[in-house]
Amino acid sequence: MSASLAIETQDLGRIYKLRGSKKEPRKELVALQDVNLTVAKGELFGLLGPNGAGKTTLIKILTTLLSPTSGWAKVAGADVDREAESVRPRINMVSGGESSGYGLLTVRENLWMFSQFYGVPSKEANERIEALLEMIGMKDRMHTKSSDLSTGLRQKMNIVRGFLTQPEVLFLDEPTLGLDVGAMRDVRKFVLEWLKADKERTLLLTTHYMMEAEELCDRVAIINKGRVLACDTPTALKQRLQKDAIFEIQTSPLNGLSQQMLVDQPEVTQAAIAETETGAKLSLSLVEESALARVINLFTQKDVKVMNLTKREPTLEDVFVDLVGRSMAEEEDHGNTE
Amino acid sequence: MAIQNRDALTKPYSHKDIGLKLFLKTIMARAYPRIIGQQREISWVLFEILLPMLAVCAYVFVYRALNAPEEYVGFVVMGGAMTAFWLNVLWSMSSQLYWEKQQGNLQLYIMAPNSMMAILLGMALGGMLATCLRAVAVTVFGMLMFGVTFQIVSYLQLFAVFTLTMIALYGMGMMMASAFLLFGREAWHIANLAQEPIFLASGFFFPIKFLPFWVAAGASLLPLTLGMDAMRQLVFNSEFSGGFLPVSTEIWILAGLAVLFVVVSKYLLAYVEKLAVREGRITESRR
Repeated sequence: MSASLAIETQDLGRIYKLRGSKKEPRKELVALQDVNLTVAKGELFGLLGPNGAGKTTLIKILTTLLSPTSGWAKVAGADVDREAESVRPRINMVSGGESSGYGLLTVRENLWMFSQFYGVPSKEANERIEALLEMIGMKDRMHTKSSDLSTGLRQKMNIVRGFLTQPEVLFLDEPTLGLDVGAMRDVRKFVLEWLKADKERTLLLTTHYMMEAEELCDRVAIINKGRVLACDTPTALKQRLQKDAIFEIQTSPLNGLSQQMLVDQPEVTQAAIAETETGAKLSLSLVEESALARVINLFTQKDVKVMNLTKREPTLEDVFVDLVGRSMAEEEDHGNTE
Repeated sequence: MAIQNRDALTKPYSHKDIGLKLFLKTIMARAYPRIIGQQREISWVLFEILLPMLAVCAYVFVYRALNAPEEYVGFVVMGGAMTAFWLNVLWSMSSQLYWEKQQGNLQLYIMAPNSMMAILLGMALGGMLATCLRAVAVTVFGMLMFGVTFQIVSYLQLFAVFTLTMIALYGMGMMMASAFLLFGREAWHIANLAQEPIFLASGFFFPIKFLPFWVAAGASLLPLTLGMDAMRQLVFNSEFSGGFLPVSTEIWILAGLAVLFVVVSKYLLAYVEKLAVREGRITESRR
């Protein structure tokens, strides 16, 4: 492993053996397959994928909580499976929606307790807790029992817990899940400030918020069904689609018009449909803008009215649709029905 | 977001403790919520002192109605005090790792550089100290209400018996914590099943020498059985406080149990941790 790498994986895989009834043979679930990734020191690396894509499994392996069933992974230069003791002092993790800590303890006491598990001197930990809470905008809640905190404040406390031990590599698993817009903004700002303060720090972030990945990450790996489908900078990933024109169309109800009918039209490369209260919202990738006329014709045949039509730049969501053939939301629904 | 203290982001810590210092720090930090929690949630006064005192009162009135020697009132009060430890180990200590898993703390404990054994010891120490206060409260309550008096035969032996009983009992609790995590809800049913028979088999409210020998010998695998028997011999210096075995023998057996339970709990915890990482089903509840 190169000294400049914070994370490296080689053919990493994880198969879960699912417990069924005693008479039936145990079923297997492939959660990760042949994952090859490198993350440089100082990088903010994003893992983007729908629920069940394998993001959390990958994070659990990298944080020494789960053994891989094939391949290997190194974090901060040490093998996560065979040298977990070397990895653990140098990492930390925060998960979205976690309810860690003890409700009877105050915010400061909870954070102090976790800092002690990493051997941080008590006095320094308390000073650092106060400063970090001030930065994230909840110093006034330092002496509040954590059971009295709102979901957003509790998550902010968890974020501080992750940063408090000064890890070399920090894993944030859906850190803004369920937060309001203001809290999300505070957390993102905090993350960027923390990274900026030391060029050696590395952060791996999993999210299914496309905007979050675009805004924060230096590079993004798109993951689905346990496989990494693409890995590059957000700009480079989007450039893959620059050749196509992307239109967003709001329509009345589709009257049986399906995604397949749209994709079957010449020069329509991708189509994603999301139903809305008043009808549907379509996202179409067209090789030539002239193909739009044929799509409009199709709408007319099906008696579908166009309420709004805009052309826009591609996003990471479009990249996902291009790679998987479905939007992230559709992929999650599809996964749930399988 | 006001950035007033950039040092918080950039300044490294002077050092981070490792080895024994980290081990001890972890024990103290994990004991903290248990000790501090007791001050903030005072409902325990009702559930763990006043309600158990009802059972103590019932036994005292039965013994007095039967004109039993007055030492038996003291036996019952001591049994009431020790009940707090048994309930604490059976419910709070044993179920703690399972609860930590549900809360999401367990994976943070495993991922941290501390030893899981230190976490368990912290839980045990915190539980023990918090429960000591409850046991003292029950004893004082019993002394004031029923006029129980103590005649200590040997302070040194009493200290040894109590300390070894606590180490063995909480060692057993640590072992059970891993077992609960491993077997989940099935372990819950076993604990439910064990709670009441132990009050009988361990002689919480009467001397176990009156049990058939092999029943008493079997019950002696539970540290509280011999612990209480030895303590009764040491604090009620009378003809009625004759024990199941001599105090010195009971001290040796308790020492053996203490070592056995702590060692087994260490290996069981290591096994559970290994299984958690290999199968991925212990730190999360979805598989």
